[in-house]
Amino acid sequence: MFEYFNPYRIFKINSNLQKIVFFCFILVLSIGLLEALFLSPEDYLQKDSVRIMYVHVPAAWISLGIFSVIAILSIAVFTFKNKNLILISKSLAPSGILFTLIALVTGSIWGKPTWGTWWAWDARITSMLILLILYTLYLLSFRIFEDQDKSNKISSIIAIIGVINIPIIKFSVDWWNTLHQPASISLTEKSAIHSSMLVPLIIMTAAFALFSVLIFLMKYNTELIKIKNKGLTRL
Amino acid sequence: MITDLILMNGYGAYVWSAFAFTLIGFLSLYLIINFQLKKEQKRFEKNFSALTEEKYNVAINQEIYKEILKNSGSKI
Repeated sequence: MFEYFNPYRIFKINSNLQKIVFFCFILVLSIGLLEALFLSPEDYLQKDSVRIMYVHVPAAWISLGIFSVIAILSIAVFTFKNKNLILISKSLAPSGILFTLIALVTGSIWGKPTWGTWWAWDARITSMLILLILYTLYLLSFRIFEDQDKSNKISSIIAIIGVINIPIIKFSVDWWNTLHQPASISLTEKSAIHSSMLVPLIIMTAAFALFSVLIFLMKYNTELIKIKNKGLTRL
Repeated sequence: MITDLILMNGYGAYVWSAFAFTLIGFLSLYLIINFQLKKEQKRFEKNFSALTEEKYNVAINQEIYKEILKNSGSKI
């Protein structure tokens, strides 16, 4: 199974894919921005401030998704002892931390006209802040520890322990009284959002996902060249 | 019409700043990662050209090294 995770194979695919993903990202983002800023209707209650949803919600979804993938890969690192999985999860983290930051900042901007405050120690906001701290610790562990095996172990432990925070973020609106409304979109039930708003939301989510793929491809190649650079000096 | 789009019924400052933060974040991360990639590619090229003939012959036959050089636009 791990022959598919062969660094040479991934590097070759990455190099060919980067330009295609970049082009798709620009195209989908342009359509998404047009829809989100100009074509989608305003909300009857929140008026135009609802447009912030088109950057806030996709950023939050993708930041949670990336951390979940990192945690799964970290479990696999311990199980299969495959170092390439560390390289994959390390390359996913930069876009994950950016999306968490975007979710927090745009949420704060949205909070001011909607709730009348920039920040509240609400369960969901606090758990998102914890996610930002976890991402920071995860990335820092590669810089702090010089011993590669140690940094790999510690980063994986952070990801595995940190994954407990994911269901807390997801269900915080159901478990506690928070300023956030319960989920409006479900995979199993009919969406509470009208299609005129759902379509731009999906397009923006696709654009954000493409961006994280693009950053992953570039970061993976960077990390692999870094390793091969060390290999050259040892030849 | 353009003024309406900018002001967005008084919510313009919030909406535009949220979108601007997002796009600036995208651009910054892309530029940082691209800079790191180019830096590593240059370092690799420099290390590769400094190899002795014997080590060069070993390295040039490895697929991954060939692929890295190809992608960095190297003339080696």
